[in-house]
Amino acid sequence: MKLNMTEQGDIIIICIEEERMDAHNSGDLKEQMLQLFDEGKCSLVIDLSTVRFIDSSGLGALVSGFKNASAREGSLKLCCLQPQVRSMFELTRLHRVFEIFTTQDEASSSF
Amino acid sequence: MSKQVNIDITVPNQTKYLGMIGRIGESLAYSLKSYHGNRRELAYHINLVLTEALANAIRHANDFDPDKEVRVTISVSDQKLTIKVFDQGQGFDIETLAKLKARESDEGGRGIQLIFKLMDQVRYIQEGDSNVLEMTKHLH
Repeated sequence: MKLNMTEQGDIIIICIEEERMDAHNSGDLKEQMLQLFDEGKCSLVIDLSTVRFIDSSGLGALVSGFKNASAREGSLKLCCLQPQVRSMFELTRLHRVFEIFTTQDEASSSF
Repeated sequence: MSKQVNIDITVPNQTKYLGMIGRIGESLAYSLKSYHGNRRELAYHINLVLTEALANAIRHANDFDPDKEVRVTISVSDQKLTIKVFDQGQGFDIETLAKLKARESDEGGRGIQLIFKLMDQVRYIQEGDSNVLEMTKHLH
């Protein structure tokens, strides 16, 4: 999975540079996040602007990151969801779990 | 006379084919000119159920064995769209999986539930030497 990571102070912004987040590539994101948590970086923003398709594995990887970040007193927030991706969060009620922002700036300034 | 579209694809038991199969289903849904619902939404849902069913066959039924294959058929008539995903594994108990409700904090367990939510009829049956996950969506 192609990921672009930038640091803004204590916050890591991860841009998913893939059209699809599915069972083929979501494990890569999970591993990358675990590596960040091991380094003590637990405040993450996941930018989904490029993602136009997400399946249950992609959602599962984000839930995994959310739980691990929260367990370390950090946080994982989402931004820039395309409408179809947003509807997947609503279908699975995960929009009630994640903080979802319209822009990257709004997400990073919410920490 | 109604027109029927039949697609029959066999791919190796590898997740790298999920995108290809999902996109075929998506394109097919966009081509259903007689469907009066939200075609964009239908296209996403068909992409999703194909992806979930195929990933399920690859992981659980075929146990990630790269020497196995997964066959997918899609049939569309005026009335309904039927997807069949054939696996060569030990099978699984779909009734049990269907009853498991993923909690919001669970990482997994949403795939089969999504299929049940988005399709009108779901069966896991035996056809010849294969197990078949058959999913039907009524188009009217």
